[in-house]
Amino acid sequence: MSLLQVQDLRVSYGGIQAVRGIDLEVAQGELVCLIGANGAGKSSTLRGLMGLAHARGKVRFAGESLAGLPTHAIAARGLALVPEGRGIFGRLTVAENLAMGAYIRSDQAGILADAERAYGIFPRLAERRRQLAGTLSGGEQQMLAIARAMMGRPRLLLLDEPSMGLAPLMVAKIYETIATIAAEGVTILLVEQNANLALRVSQRAYVMESGALLLAGSAADLAANPRVREAYLGD
Amino acid sequence: MDIFTQQLINGLVVGSIYALVALGYTMVYGILELINFAHGEVTMIGAMVALSVIGILMGTAPDLPGLMVVVAGLLLAIPACMALAFTIEKIAYRPLRKAPRLAPLITAIGVSIILQNLAMLVWGRQYVSFPAVLPRGQHEILGAHITDLQIVIVVLSLLTMAGLWLLVERTRLGRAMRATAQSREVAELMGVNVDRVISATFVIGAAIAALAGVMVSAYYGLAHYYMGFMLGLKAFSAAVLGGIGNIAGAMLGGLLLGVIEALGAGYIGDLTGGFLGSHYQDVFAFFVLILVLVFRPSGLLGERVANRA
Ligand SMILES: Nc1ncnc2c1ncn2[C@@H]1O[C@H](COP(=O)(O)OP(=O)(O)OP(=O)(O)O)[C@@H](O)[C@H]1O
Ligand SMILES: [Mg+2]
Repeated sequence: MSLLQVQDLRVSYGGIQAVRGIDLEVAQGELVCLIGANGAGKSSTLRGLMGLAHARGKVRFAGESLAGLPTHAIAARGLALVPEGRGIFGRLTVAENLAMGAYIRSDQAGILADAERAYGIFPRLAERRRQLAGTLSGGEQQMLAIARAMMGRPRLLLLDEPSMGLAPLMVAKIYETIATIAAEGVTILLVEQNANLALRVSQRAYVMESGALLLAGSAADLAANPRVREAYLGD
Repeated sequence: MDIFTQQLINGLVVGSIYALVALGYTMVYGILELINFAHGEVTMIGAMVALSVIGILMGTAPDLPGLMVVVAGLLLAIPACMALAFTIEKIAYRPLRKAPRLAPLITAIGVSIILQNLAMLVWGRQYVSFPAVLPRGQHEILGAHITDLQIVIVVLSLLTMAGLWLLVERTRLGRAMRATAQSREVAELMGVNVDRVISATFVIGAAIAALAGVMVSAYYGLAHYYMGFMLGLKAFSAAVLGGIGNIAGAMLGGLLLGVIEALGAGYIGDLTGGFLGSHYQDVFAFFVLILVLVFRPSGLLGERVANRA
């Protein structure tokens, strides 16, 4: 059975329907991506899952319904979203941001060990742990946002455009990290406009357009699909 | 007697009370961007509840030491104010969390008027005097007088501020408060129950306000259903002076405002050739408020410009 099962998810803002009934599934240990153009409804899908936007439909996580739960309760069940634009706490230090990521945990020793592990993966953060997070570069902030989400030991990591606004070298570094996290067995749902990148690391993919799903399949198949190549891979 | 030193001491005493009340304004503003105008009234209720308890205890157990009676009053005033602030937030402000900014602001003014009127019904229109039960020792420093009560007020205020500082900077709740102040949405994503953090902010501010209310009524020897209005306005001015939303700013702004006011009152007669007397001391707070709003709206320690409502 899938870790995340979504049926007929609809997300709306006032009268505007941003997501018009989509079905998707993510199995335990999978890295799945959701790609699509600007305004397709990718972020709205993730925000709907987290209870940040008004959502209807069936969402089951590890067999339990998430319907009607407030965001903090959804987070406590093991879903972590790294939001578009990263959402770091600029006036908290790097170390405090990581501590916030571990807010739902109480095993102090484990939290400290995980923070050290995060500093091992991102030495740039280790050097800046006492620095206000707002003074970090965009790439460093993205590293911090991912590291912070991992501090909660999520069962499902939702990533919203982790490559946005970053230089190619930094994008490569971030994607390397995503691959490492996935290899450790963390289940990931990745949202990207940069379909090339996303399809390369994912096992499966969904293509979204105007609030609905257009295509679904293995990442390799979709990367070879002429429609996808033309519309999203710039062929 | 050295007027300057004397007024400096008096100013620091009153200023430390302003600082305590200002903390409540600034903490709530930091998280909700709401000016909780009812906070002055919460302070007044603290004074009134304490005075009622003190009155009852003095009537029923006249042998109790005065200090113990006042401490008992304080220990009841604190939870009373905490419960009051919790309720105000829950029934008056929370339903308006997503409403346009003006709605909660007007509600805050409404709550403040309701509390004033309730207090008037319960405790009457007259001044309630603070019984002379506290030690009245006096000391000399640098050619000025300082009383036991003044020392206690300053020391207790500083301890309270230090405690709050530790809470905000060093505890899990404090970190969640600071995170919530920056982004409610991201704080929720971290698993923070933001509603609870907001309640905690109101409740902590109210506990501090209760202490301030008891101290101010002990210092001036009286309390009154209307006292929260002026005290609230001055504390709000102090918060703006320090930079609203900034905790260290509220502490600094409170102390500074107290000193400015005391020195102003001490010298206003000389400065105006006797035209204005020391009873004009209240104008200084508003003079300071206007100057800050015109020349440095972000306050002394504030980074963000507080130009929103
Ligand atoms: N807060 C909001 N209020 C109203 N409409 C919104 C809001 N957020 C998004 N929308 C609308 O919902 C639709 C989907 O937006 P969404 O942000 O989910 O797209 P996206 O696929 O993430 O796009 P991008 O790749 O640009 O991030 C858009 O038409 C957008 O204008
Ligand atoms: Mg988006």
